[in-house]
Amino acid sequence: MSIIEIEKTWYPEGVERCSLGKFMKWLGVLGVVALYGFFAMLVCFAYGLGVTGLDNYFGFGLWITFDLAVIALGAGAFFTGLLRYIIRIDELKNIINLTVIKGFICYSGAMLILSLDVGQPIRSWFGYWHPNVHSMLTEVIFCITCYLMVLIIEYVPLVLEQKQINKIPFLHNLAHQMHVVMPLFAGIGAFLSTFHQGSLGGMYGVMFARPYAFRDGFFIWPWTFFLFVLSAIASGPCMTVLICGFMEKVTGRKLTTYRVKSLMCKIGGTMLLIYTVFKYLDTWAWINDILPRAGLTFDQMFYGLIYGKWLFFCELVLCLIVPVICLLTPLRKKPFFMYTGAILACAGVVINRYVFTVQALAQPVLPFTKWEMYAPNWAEWATSLMVIAYGFIIMSLSYRYLPIFPQEVGLNKK
Amino acid sequence: MSGQKKEFPITWGMVIDIDKCTGCGACMASCQTENNVEPQREASNKLRATSWMLVYELTNDKAFPNHDIAYLPRPCQQCGNPPCVSVCPVIATDKNENGGIVSQVYPRCIGCRYCVAACPYHVRYFGWYDPIWPEGMDKTLSPMTSVRPRGVVEKCTFCHHRWTQAKDAARVAGKDPENLDDGAYVTSCVQNCPSGALAFGDIKNPKHKVHELVKSPYAFRLLERLGTETQVYYISRREWVRKLGDNYLKSE
Repeated sequence: MSIIEIEKTWYPEGVERCSLGKFMKWLGVLGVVALYGFFAMLVCFAYGLGVTGLDNYFGFGLWITFDLAVIALGAGAFFTGLLRYIIRIDELKNIINLTVIKGFICYSGAMLILSLDVGQPIRSWFGYWHPNVHSMLTEVIFCITCYLMVLIIEYVPLVLEQKQINKIPFLHNLAHQMHVVMPLFAGIGAFLSTFHQGSLGGMYGVMFARPYAFRDGFFIWPWTFFLFVLSAIASGPCMTVLICGFMEKVTGRKLTTYRVKSLMCKIGGTMLLIYTVFKYLDTWAWINDILPRAGLTFDQMFYGLIYGKWLFFCELVLCLIVPVICLLTPLRKKPFFMYTGAILACAGVVINRYVFTVQALAQPVLPFTKWEMYAPNWAEWATSLMVIAYGFIIMSLSYRYLPIFPQEVGLNKK
Repeated sequence: MSGQKKEFPITWGMVIDIDKCTGCGACMASCQTENNVEPQREASNKLRATSWMLVYELTNDKAFPNHDIAYLPRPCQQCGNPPCVSVCPVIATDKNENGGIVSQVYPRCIGCRYCVAACPYHVRYFGWYDPIWPEGMDKTLSPMTSVRPRGVVEKCTFCHHRWTQAKDAARVAGKDPENLDDGAYVTSCVQNCPSGALAFGDIKNPKHKVHELVKSPYAFRLLERLGTETQVYYISRREWVRKLGDNYLKSE
């Protein structure tokens, strides 16, 4: 049997895939992008972070924005897991595998970027060895690393279900047993994920000397803690739908029913509505309490075009109100509105993470300092693109060889 | 959510008389030499250059003849309630020693730069490159201060090593190292300020000059309303300078 014939025996039962040559070309393009990013990564490791566009004013930049954004968008995994295994919304079984892979990609990608972003990556384990229990970042380090392990545990049975691997009795039984205990891991995942999504928000909210980011809160948690959790579980399911829709476009095959996607968007939209209410309350309190306390006004939080108010209105109106309408009304039945709503919801979260990371630092707190500009350079872009390419590669391989979509065979019967 | 001020029996503080500062930069140069700050390879990029002590130029933004300027030297403010300490995930920076100096433990720091983000005074600097002293310049290295590897955060320590030396000297002289004379321990910037704009001592010790200086009606601290409770005080008899020390609403 030729390699091409053998490769065909690796596909999930009863599905069609593009030719191996086409697939290799696709992987080749992604591989070039990933290699370029890998080169940038090596340059960063060899010469230090001086090769990036970061500086002492912007200690956080594209990388942290990227991390926070992908972690928020990857939240579909824990939240869908919670709904599927704990709350038992059975219909989500048709998309749960996709969310797990997405979560795994997002979190492992974020870890990769984080290892670049810290100045002394070899000391990363200090987070466990010398933990500062008062730091939100300690909680982030704990939860992200633990949750990545949970995601690996959730991803492994999917890999074991690959047609050829599954023929080995031991691995077949292992996959089965892992599925049996999956609700436990879904529960652990939900717990860990909720906390670090929150802690990522808490990281900004506790910066009491940075009025742009600082928030009051409940007990030890600033309001941003809860807002980040809510925005993550609102955008996560939307991102899953977007990935699914994108995969359907690229492969030309139906992977899940519109009903499942619509349900995910409805869940995302509901969370987005709750988030919108709290975000508006929080913004009102920020403008009328936090800022005046610091002697600052709302207008002083914006500057020029890059840091202009347009971004604020984009986030709070265009990317909150509009997607809520698109996702929670009968408009959702039309693909155009559903996908527009999902895109806007995700864009809103990215803007939110960006302004909390960059604008919060750009805003001059000392009255005699001025707004500074930050522009990521090639090293930051290349490594970020590497992670995106890495995600595409993992997803492409998973789609080609693993039975991710239970409905695929039925939906594509000729 | 913003924590509590930490109190210590000894509270080292600096009082900077802005009206006496000529902006000569001797404090910056002496600090860099004393603390082995690496020769700057990107000195023209002010957002990349390391200067534990940095002199800012202030202006009242008025046209001649009412135009006025002032210079504001800015060391680490050694906040009583430091925004940088609670955020550090690995306790590489702490405020836990008598004297109230915010420490920075270089071998502990992982270089996450969360403290850099949290500090509104921009006193924290990251090592963007490997520190390199060109041949010959290594002779300027001081044995009293450790050099930092790249990838960690560094900042002004109020020349902490000088305190250790002053305590040793007191012990040798049969004096109480916990009750140093005024001037027995001063930072290098204070020692080298040619116009006497900088004063240093224990704010809580009535025998020290700074104890009185901080009570001046012209004394203020930077960003007081944020609750950082800094241990660096500024003095200016000019109201516009004092107003630039904090943010105020139009109605205030």
